[in-house]
Amino acid sequence: MKELIERLRSKFNAKNIKEQRKNFVFITVEKKDLEGCVLYLKEFEGYGHLTLLTALDWIEKDQFELVYHLHNYFNKTDVSVKTFIDRKNPTMVSINNLWAGARVYEREIKELFGIDFPGCPRVNDPFALEGWHEIPPMRKDFDTKKYSEETYFPRPGRYTKDNVAQMEEQLYPVEAEVKNGIAETVRKK
Amino acid sequence: MTEADNEENKIIKPDFSDPELFCTALPKEVPRMNNIIQKFYDWAQANSLWLLAFGTGCGSIEMRPLYTARYDISRFGIAPRPTPRQSNLFIISGYVSVKTLKRIIRSYEQMQNPKFVIGLGSCTINGGMYWDSYNTINRLDHYIPVDVYVAGCMPRPEALIAGFDELKKRIKEGRGEGANEYAKNFAWYKANQKKIIKDWDMPDYNW
Amino acid sequence: MDNFWTTLLYAFLSMFVIFNYGMLLGGVVYKIIARVHGRFGPPVWQPYVNLVKVMGVRTAISHGIMFWLGPVFRFAGGIGLFLFMPVVFGSVWMQNFSFSGDLLLVIYFIFFGQLGMALGAAESGHPYSPMGIMRGLAQVTVSEVPFALAVIALAAQHGTLSITEIVAAQQGGIGNWNMITNPVATLAGMMAFLGMMMHAPFNLHLAPQEIPVGPPTEYHSNFLGYMQANRAFFASAKLILFMNLFFGGATNIPVLVGKTFTLYMFAVFVGVVNPRFTLENSIRWFIRIPTATGIIAVLIYTFKN
Repeated sequence: MKELIERLRSKFNAKNIKEQRKNFVFITVEKKDLEGCVLYLKEFEGYGHLTLLTALDWIEKDQFELVYHLHNYFNKTDVSVKTFIDRKNPTMVSINNLWAGARVYEREIKELFGIDFPGCPRVNDPFALEGWHEIPPMRKDFDTKKYSEETYFPRPGRYTKDNVAQMEEQLYPVEAEVKNGIAETVRKK
Repeated sequence: MTEADNEENKIIKPDFSDPELFCTALPKEVPRMNNIIQKFYDWAQANSLWLLAFGTGCGSIEMRPLYTARYDISRFGIAPRPTPRQSNLFIISGYVSVKTLKRIIRSYEQMQNPKFVIGLGSCTINGGMYWDSYNTINRLDHYIPVDVYVAGCMPRPEALIAGFDELKKRIKEGRGEGANEYAKNFAWYKANQKKIIKDWDMPDYNW
Repeated sequence: MDNFWTTLLYAFLSMFVIFNYGMLLGGVVYKIIARVHGRFGPPVWQPYVNLVKVMGVRTAISHGIMFWLGPVFRFAGGIGLFLFMPVVFGSVWMQNFSFSGDLLLVIYFIFFGQLGMALGAAESGHPYSPMGIMRGLAQVTVSEVPFALAVIALAAQHGTLSITEIVAAQQGGIGNWNMITNPVATLAGMMAFLGMMMHAPFNLHLAPQEIPVGPPTEYHSNFLGYMQANRAFFASAKLILFMNLFFGGATNIPVLVGKTFTLYMFAVFVGVVNPRFTLENSIRWFIRIPTATGIIAVLIYTFKN
């Protein structure tokens, strides 16, 4: 495992290497090196199984992060490769020529995050949402609770049994009301 | 997800309001008769509920043990049928996403007049665990008329059998008139449905 | 003329008796299958409740004239099969309209119902119904082959085409039954019986998982009611036919009930323990051993006389 990490560091300039568990390593590479790194791991190091391809939204840093989890059948180890891409115009190279299963993952990410994968067949087909006209719903600036309250008729009379909220309203009513008002205003922005 | 993206697989959508190709009649109310024969029919409907074998959500895993030897609903006369034409009970089990709701409406409207709906699980009552989700509905009875709700996440098969008992009692009293309610308030139900199903590509009434 | 009206009245009476017998037979079979599975099963009168429920549905969608005529043909086949067959030998009121030559008419009626059903289902507007019709018709046709051969062998043995005379020749003790005097034809006939009773392993076109592509998909409300009533008649009529041909007929009603019930249990027990054949497998099975048995049965009587 350590030799593999050294090779990746020298070939692809891998940074931020973290050993999550024994035989499970996270590395970070630049966007331009990602396809080469994944291809190298698949063809030359035996990591022939793409377990998952997923995305995260770092709205404060104005970036999306893509994570590719790869698995090696022969020595049962995992390597996960991360990159950061720009949040304003998110596109990424499609790896559907290496694994056909990546087509489904990329279609899902396109629908839920809005990251485009040119070259992936049928990437614009709806996956789990039909007739969706808002921004992609997994982004952090999409308020799902507000959308649900406006579109789907909520049943009135729903209350929460959260202890903290209940005790606040009981002991400090004025402060609780001010705090809730500020929270509502901030969320509406 | 816009229309312009589908250049390579352009689907020709037929015009559903064309009376030459599609029947544009709306559902009609068929009221009950008020005599002893209607009571006899009610008793027969209650003792021979044929349910549509369409598991709409996570609750259908609680429907499967009912057919086995331990809970055995065939002793109540309940049998699963594969087509909506021949069934008169529809169990909406679990959360209903927008995609599923389109198919539920299509199946529900093909069932014949005395038809009953059981809402299984808390998600049909007030949204349950997914109350703030962008893709699941919160109140089932704004889209189709519901007779009995069975609360739980998921209710055990014994709770579902208690729900069947309650439904049979309701039918024998003469209150199982969901189809007539649907026909009477058809415009309201259809407006609610079209509000959330934005790519409507089927006729208004799928008889 | 007086004779005709009396016969008609007796025919209606026997139809009533056999209808109830068929319904209760269906209920008892559900109970038995359920007990084999270890559960309780529906009550014995459940087929009646199903029939009343289906007749009490308030709306029905029809797809045209042929769609409505499909169940009518099937019902006509069932009642026709029953009306031209003597039910109880030697009884005054259970003779129906039997006459000489009714053996061939009976074979015709068995096939006629399924043909009408096929025509009706083709107009049902379901895109996959021709597939189900093809399967159902192939199944019925291929199970008629050994049956027709067995019937020809019986006709050659007794020298008559009237069921009443065949039953008369079998009276006088179990040694006279066709089961004993013509075992080859009986074997062919019983193998055809399994195919005609539509239990496993030959129930592909009726199986619940296959129903969405079969003929009965689109039928509902009254149409389904006709088909359910027909099931009662058709099943009992076929059982009575087989009892008359191979097992000595019946001289009174308790014997009739006993023999037909035993025959039906044979089909049910074979069905409960066997999986389903696909259509190609069942065609191959019927064309091999049962047809060979039937041909041997016919050849024995060709060279005997």
